[in-house]
Amino acid sequence: MIKFLIEKEFKQLARNPFILCLVIALPCVVMLLFPWATTMEIKHMSLSVVDNDHSAMSRRLIGKIASTDYFDITGNFPDTDIAMESIEYGKSDIIIEIPPDFEKSLTEDRHAVIMVSANAVNATKASMGISYLSMITDSFAAETGLEGSGSGIDLSGGVEISPYYRFNPLLDYKIPMIPALMVLILTLLCGFLPAMNIVGEKETGTIEQINVTPVPKLTFIVGKLIPYWIIGVVAFSLAILVSYLVFGLVPVGSLILLYGVAFIYIFGISALGLIISNYSNTMQQAMFMIFFFIVIIILMSGIFTPVSSMPEWARAIARVNPLTYFADIIKSIYLKGSSLKDVQNELYALLAFFVFIIAWAVFSYRKRE
Amino acid sequence: MEIIRTEGLTKRFRDFTAVDHISFSVKKGEIFGFLGANGAGKTTAMKMLCGLSRPTEGKATVAGYDIYSEVREIKRNIGYMSQRFSLYEDLKVWENIRLFAGIYGMDDKTIAEKTDILLEKLELQEQRGRLVRALPLGWKQRLAFSVAIFHNPKIVFLDEPTGGVDPATRRGFWEMIYDASEKGITVFVTTHYMDEAEYCDRVSIMVDGKIEALDTPARLKELYHARNMDEVFHKLARRATRE
Repeated sequence: MIKFLIEKEFKQLARNPFILCLVIALPCVVMLLFPWATTMEIKHMSLSVVDNDHSAMSRRLIGKIASTDYFDITGNFPDTDIAMESIEYGKSDIIIEIPPDFEKSLTEDRHAVIMVSANAVNATKASMGISYLSMITDSFAAETGLEGSGSGIDLSGGVEISPYYRFNPLLDYKIPMIPALMVLILTLLCGFLPAMNIVGEKETGTIEQINVTPVPKLTFIVGKLIPYWIIGVVAFSLAILVSYLVFGLVPVGSLILLYGVAFIYIFGISALGLIISNYSNTMQQAMFMIFFFIVIIILMSGIFTPVSSMPEWARAIARVNPLTYFADIIKSIYLKGSSLKDVQNELYALLAFFVFIIAWAVFSYRKRE
Repeated sequence: MEIIRTEGLTKRFRDFTAVDHISFSVKKGEIFGFLGANGAGKTTAMKMLCGLSRPTEGKATVAGYDIYSEVREIKRNIGYMSQRFSLYEDLKVWENIRLFAGIYGMDDKTIAEKTDILLEKLELQEQRGRLVRALPLGWKQRLAFSVAIFHNPKIVFLDEPTGGVDPATRRGFWEMIYDASEKGITVFVTTHYMDEAEYCDRVSIMVDGKIEALDTPARLKELYHARNMDEVFHKLARRATRE
């Protein structure tokens, strides 16, 4: 019986050019545009220098900083106060102050301290700037033969940052976003489309003709889910393909595991769409409801902002949010190469969600008023 | 033999009683006309019998099955054609037939054979591959009726099946109803065309959620001293207090 229902869904999808376009276009557009738009990378920050040492060493350090893409030297100031004014006027983002005895302490004590001040109105920019600077001074210290215990250059006055580049050796900030964008595509596509489905049949009246047949509820719901499942798999594959062709990114972990987890998630999120469709009487109602849920699911999942920096109540929502687990699993398989064992706890959480949501989808489909 | 039997069947929506304690029975093989003005409760009553709506109180059996506990059995044994055209407009003629036949458990081969016979009878062979959306209303209705009886149900429920078409098309439709009846399918039909009421074996007339009259068209005309069913209906409908 289910064969006929699935066949019917596919025929209807095939005659809906809008959905076909969406399934192809959404993954491509998101994967091609969003990595640039959502990148955390910041370039060409304006840097002011207060060099109190005027030594060969200090000039070498400034030269090294200026040679990167990250900083543009926008001014040299005789003292910190004047440099501070340039921050207030918005002319510079970061000030680096080299103390008078910089060269001396580097050669004699093998250790020196420089002062860094960043405009933290844009906190991300400030902390990224400081972490870039600390990487540059580290490598400067290494070049000048200052390796050894207790040696090096410390940045003071800045924020302590340990830059994340273990699984992203090129420090390309587009890359960590890519798995996050993949889960975003699946959430949008497989959340919105099913939400419009059953309610659409309510509006045209065809649902009544189905309800008067002996078709079991589970059969009907599974028949509705499978086409979206296939749509999700196609979109996911496209996203993987685009990320390989454009960014050269291949999953470090197992592709089978990646798909396996995606299979579970797609089913779950499509079922959420169907639940909303079951409770709605008009397309408009379904549209607003799914919009509401999807915004919460996306913002409370930690894919754009870390869950650990959310307040406790928001973390509680993130803990029951399937996307939190799904995004975690996909990121760690894609970037770290995690195995089934590494992600099993998250996977259990995802499975529990999956079972619950499908049961609810079947339950909420009422054949009788 | 009674194929439908109701006792005090009632449906209330909050404080509005759409169907108010109706009791009647339908005999196997007859064409039973279920008449009433708009809003009299015809569709609600029919939906309860089809398992689409849960009764508030009362008892009923359809094809020998209880409407509370044996809904799936009922659904296996009935066909239904709703007031709103409800085949899939974005599926082709043959695809709609195939879908519903498949849901009732027919296999591919039987479906293919029966589809050919049906389309020939309906003279719709050339429209076979057309989307249902593109068919004229009269044809859509004939197709919907054919789909409703494709799986040989014991009873077919028709909710105002001929709304919006010309008298010739309606007459054609009624010929299909007679054919189905001759094959032994009980026909339960609502209508507000009183000429159609004359074609029924027995009719009931609902006013404000209650059944006010139930008999053969000939007896009703005699009882109400009317020349035709239209007069019978008007005499009864005058009692209505509901909008």
